[in-house]
Amino acid sequence: MRHGRYPFIVGFLVAPVTLYVVFVIAPYAQAFYISMTNWRGFAPPTWAGFDNYKRMAGDGAFWKAIEHHLVMLITLPLVTIAIALFFAFLLNLGGRSRGSTMSGVWGSKFYRVVFFFPQLLALPIIAVLFGMVYRPNSSGLIDGVLIKLGLAPVGWLINPKLALWAVIAVLVWQAVGFYVVLFSAGMASIPKDIFEAAELDGAPQSTLFFRVTLPLLWDTLQVAWVYLGIAAFDGFAIVDVLTVDQGGPDNNTTVLAEQIYQNAFKFGKFGYASAMGVALFFLTITFAALTLRVTRRETIEL
Amino acid sequence: MSEARVAGTPADPTPNLDRRSLLRNAAAVGLVALPGAGLLSACATSGSGDSGTSGGGKKTATNPLGVKEDAPLDVVIFNGGYGDKYATEAHEPLYKKEFPKATVKHEAVTDVGKTLQPRFSSGTSVPDVVDNSGSGLMDFGALVADGQMADLTPLWDAPSVDDPNKKVRDIVVPGTVDTGSFNGKPFVLYYVSTVFGLWYSGKLFKDKGWTVPTTWDDFLKLLDDIKKAGLTPFGYAGANAAYYMWNVILTSAAKIGGPDVLKAIDNLEDGAWTAPAVKQAATAWAEVGAKYTDKAFLGLKHTDVQLQQNQYKVALYPSGDWLPNEQSKDTPSDFQYQMMPTPSVTSSDKLPANAVRATAGEGFFVPAHAPNKAGGLEYLRQMLSKKGANEFTKLTKSPAVTVGSAEGVDLGPGVNSSQAALKAAGSNVFNIFFDGWYAELDKECRTATNELFFNGGTADAFCTRMQKKADAIKADSSVTKFHR
Repeated sequence: MRHGRYPFIVGFLVAPVTLYVVFVIAPYAQAFYISMTNWRGFAPPTWAGFDNYKRMAGDGAFWKAIEHHLVMLITLPLVTIAIALFFAFLLNLGGRSRGSTMSGVWGSKFYRVVFFFPQLLALPIIAVLFGMVYRPNSSGLIDGVLIKLGLAPVGWLINPKLALWAVIAVLVWQAVGFYVVLFSAGMASIPKDIFEAAELDGAPQSTLFFRVTLPLLWDTLQVAWVYLGIAAFDGFAIVDVLTVDQGGPDNNTTVLAEQIYQNAFKFGKFGYASAMGVALFFLTITFAALTLRVTRRETIEL
Repeated sequence: MSEARVAGTPADPTPNLDRRSLLRNAAAVGLVALPGAGLLSACATSGSGDSGTSGGGKKTATNPLGVKEDAPLDVVIFNGGYGDKYATEAHEPLYKKEFPKATVKHEAVTDVGKTLQPRFSSGTSVPDVVDNSGSGLMDFGALVADGQMADLTPLWDAPSVDDPNKKVRDIVVPGTVDTGSFNGKPFVLYYVSTVFGLWYSGKLFKDKGWTVPTTWDDFLKLLDDIKKAGLTPFGYAGANAAYYMWNVILTSAAKIGGPDVLKAIDNLEDGAWTAPAVKQAATAWAEVGAKYTDKAFLGLKHTDVQLQQNQYKVALYPSGDWLPNEQSKDTPSDFQYQMMPTPSVTSSDKLPANAVRATAGEGFFVPAHAPNKAGGLEYLRQMLSKKGANEFTKLTKSPAVTVGSAEGVDLGPGVNSSQAALKAAGSNVFNIFFDGWYAELDKECRTATNELFFNGGTADAFCTRMQKKADAIKADSSVTKFHR
């Protein structure tokens, strides 16, 4: 070990570690502390122990939010990944092979750009747009057409049974484009000769997809699953702007971040909101750890 | 909706939809939810520095509050339904005229909480006057609990600007001091007089020959007639303005059982929400919701429904008397906004049909730690002067709480009718406070009202649900309780 190596390493680490501690670790620690107090946002907080957590256990809106996260946790990644994979396959490998190169369906370069469009829009703008789409009267995009056709309007966001699904649909619509691009990149890195070999053996497209593409894309899928799972714990912007009465009707679309926002900034209960934040923190980490564990699988060396 | 939120509502009962403020919301949530996203390096809860001084100037006849004449004054105005012209063109010049050596810093904000909460909690650059209104207002309950507002007693006891023989408390509309008091202590100046009722087009009613009902039977008959004429008889916007409707339900409850029904609700008394009067009122309005509204309104914002009324598609709309001013751009010139009090529900109602809920809105306060506290109080005194109040009323077409503020101002047919209704009500005027005291109870009531009115809920479910929430708040030791 040569003299001067430690100062060298420390010199490199000091800036990022300080930044991380100041801007990430310290605020986290503070949130844990605030969650054990009755802080109302102005005067210094008073210690409350686990009162906020006890309160949380009996809070119907909190449990509704958790329930919605569970639904989103299952549907959002599944649906988004399924659609994105399908599109990515069509765009990259779905066309006829010409000679030895695989290519996408006709016009795939154009579609690739189009699919990415929703990703470029800010979430609140998407929420406002879908507000028009879902509007429950004759000026709504869907219900307006239904009314013109003489059918009964659906009232996507005012029907307590449908509202959450309407919100999830928006989240999927917004997310798909990004994952199409992600999976496309993943597919591009699969060596072409593997496909060629499979094709020479007479494998149909379905086999190509399930036996070749999917296993070789496993790492990317895993990343997508974690990202989307974490996204399923968010949903704030869409819920806050799009839904009836911010998380309604009757809390049927509420999410934890919305509850946190309401409690902190509307009700002035920062301590209680922080407790929910801590709950969200543990939910998110548990999910990420579990997913990485469950999906652990030998990577295929290429 | 505190009183302030009511008044802030004209422009904006829901958080702004613009992208920047939403992103700020998201970032603000991040501060609590995922603190890593926040750039809070310092402790978020650092106590407020004690910068409160009480002026330091000499008290004289023209300067009864002892303002230091060269101390700067920092004024924060909520830029909503009333704009901020009244401050820049009327109130601030009045203050400058009294204290030419002082610099007045004017800040117009659309989201008071997000702008000011960090400044209050850190104790740095606390303003001297705050117009705490709009949907993003800071929770008054929390402000009181944490001792953030200056006691306004010196202001109310000071001689008024125009007549030194009269105290400021004697030149304002009765009830003004009480409306801004918490557990008997005056902290807030609610500046704009507000009357609530059901709004309709004078022209439409005249053309169709419809008359203003005072009994419930006549009211239902009117709704039937309107329905036959092809209009939606009654509606409010469920997406963001459900409190316009709970206001109506509770107004009916007060008429049935007397104003003590509301007092019990405000004081979180046991069984206040399950009282027969509340149940009767909820039953009556649930029927209106079931038969005489358009279910789509649950998904619409207040501006949408108000526009539909201006287009003669909706006949009756519940609101406060900021409505004509808020809708002035979309109202046909011959629309003739008119306000009627809610009709009696039973023949044995304790209050007459012409009783109304009246309050004052747009809450101004002086922070307890304001660097120029005396200047802040003086600013409020100038606002309440004849000139200050009159200029405000002229600019906003909304009467300020100073008696006679509307002299020489044409308020238009709408506000004239609500002012006439207020006069006709005489002493049968009441108010509701719980929403300003307990924001959670307001939110629950909005949700419960939407369920009751649009989603086929029952009065029993409404009352039980509200009682449950009220009980929970009562049992919550972290929430400061208020009584009247």
